[in-house]
Amino acid sequence: MARMKFLCDAERCIECNACVTACKNEHEVPWGINRRRVVTINDGGPGERSISVACMHCSDAPCMAVCPVDCFYQTDEGVVLHSKDLCIGCGYCFYACPFGAPQFPQVGNFGTRGKMDKCTFCAGGPEEDHSQAEFGAYGRNRLGEGKLPLCAEMCSTRALLAGDGDRVADIYRERVVARGFGSGAWGWSNAYPGEGS
Amino acid sequence: MKHHFSKAGDPTKNVIVHVMYALVVLLCFTFLIPDAATAQTDGSVPGNISGSAEADFWRDIRQGETGTVSIPNEQAGVLIQSEGDNWRALRNGPLFQWGGWAIFGALALVSLFFVFRGRIAIEKGPSGRTVVRFNGIERMGHWLLATSFIILAISGLNILYGRYVLLPVIGPDAFAFVTQMGKWLHNYVAFGFMLGLAIVLVMWIKDNIPSLHDVRWLLAGGGMFSKHSHPPAKKFNAGQKIVFWVVILCGISISVSGISLMFPFEMQFFQGTFQILHSIGITYFPTELTPMQEMQYSQLWHAIVAFFFIAVIIAHIYIGTLGMEGAFDAMGTGEADTNWAEEHHSLWMEEMRTSGKLQEGEPAAPPAE
Repeated sequence: MARMKFLCDAERCIECNACVTACKNEHEVPWGINRRRVVTINDGGPGERSISVACMHCSDAPCMAVCPVDCFYQTDEGVVLHSKDLCIGCGYCFYACPFGAPQFPQVGNFGTRGKMDKCTFCAGGPEEDHSQAEFGAYGRNRLGEGKLPLCAEMCSTRALLAGDGDRVADIYRERVVARGFGSGAWGWSNAYPGEGS
Repeated sequence: MKHHFSKAGDPTKNVIVHVMYALVVLLCFTFLIPDAATAQTDGSVPGNISGSAEADFWRDIRQGETGTVSIPNEQAGVLIQSEGDNWRALRNGPLFQWGGWAIFGALALVSLFFVFRGRIAIEKGPSGRTVVRFNGIERMGHWLLATSFIILAISGLNILYGRYVLLPVIGPDAFAFVTQMGKWLHNYVAFGFMLGLAIVLVMWIKDNIPSLHDVRWLLAGGGMFSKHSHPPAKKFNAGQKIVFWVVILCGISISVSGISLMFPFEMQFFQGTFQILHSIGITYFPTELTPMQEMQYSQLWHAIVAFFFIAVIIAHIYIGTLGMEGAFDAMGTGEADTNWAEEHHSLWMEEMRTSGKLQEGEPAAPPAE
């Protein structure tokens, strides 16, 4: 059984935000909800890198651990999904998540949040596969159609990879080998400070 | 190699070999030029395209480095926040366990006390005559505070324990509904709690200033552990004063942390608190907090205070109802039996007599059963 994973190759990401746009369009997520975002480190400076990030579908997911109503579940493929019927919008998953993945529409008085929304790895939700109810609440179920997440499928530089963790690792390993690195090798700057950085 | 060719003898051949060698070397270098131009500086080995120190770059991200995003939410610039995992570990670990022990401990202590001491009776028996102890406003404030506290406590405990206690019993759908209602109640009833707290504070603060009588009362154990001891007290004895100040201080603290949870990411209470702690030598806590850390600390503090608060209130409810004969009437009807008041609040009764608020010499009604 495949174990689904995302990987964003920071050497390739060009911060075009197409993954973000594709996700919004594919799932018709409401205004203000960002299931995926692109973060740029050292923007405009030397060594600028961009990384596209969404729910990473953790093995021991903190959101699942802290949810007061236990609305999360993990599929056989490692995809972390949740039920919006059970979610009470308390925001605890957002406090626990390392990646800032859970999103909340602001509804009602005070900080009363609506039902949590997050990346589903294009795998829908607990409703019947490909039903209108599933699409309305969770977006397209591409995994159920035999397709991979759209963000990665349409990434123009193939920076964002999604799919079986072993396959993703193989592709990335090939890239690392092909790049050769040299002074970019892990730990080089610590071993030889001031040289070739 | 060169040395070998130069030894070969034929000068023309030698020149051709040299030229070809140079061409090959040049050709090799042209392949290297793109890499060399971008990464090879100061004669060091070729590096990756952007030439940053990879290990440090990723380590910084792992430790919460913030980048820029093209969406308005600046908080989204944080790629990894590890504090969430600490929060999870504390909430699902020590908070969960110790909180449970605090409540079980309070219930156990109260039960033990009941077993060994029994219900504290009015020693002389009820006189049948009453004295006005709490007026309408006092009682309204108390019961507003009390009912809202119970709703808040139950809905709050449900958030932490319901998943393991109630969910398996009533099923996910019913439990989600109950918890959703609980969350809304918790949010709205909180304001009733704050109003009750304000009323109680205004009405009773003058009677709760600590005095020497309190020291004597406490030294006598409040008379709680011996049958015929009734240390003198004014309107409130030291035990009640402790409950009052616990309620006021915990009440204010839990309201403040609750408001910051209710309006998430708006307030920064803990950063200032930790800076004050830092200035008096307690350097354990970070003095710079992200809005996310503020929320995590708010939740933990809200729960810690709540557990202490609930434990104290369990004792308060016990002594005000089951634990002591005649105690409930004071807050229930507002009128306490004079014999009860004489035994537990002798100095207050004297005050009432001297100020003429207590009519002596009324015909004694037959003792009510």
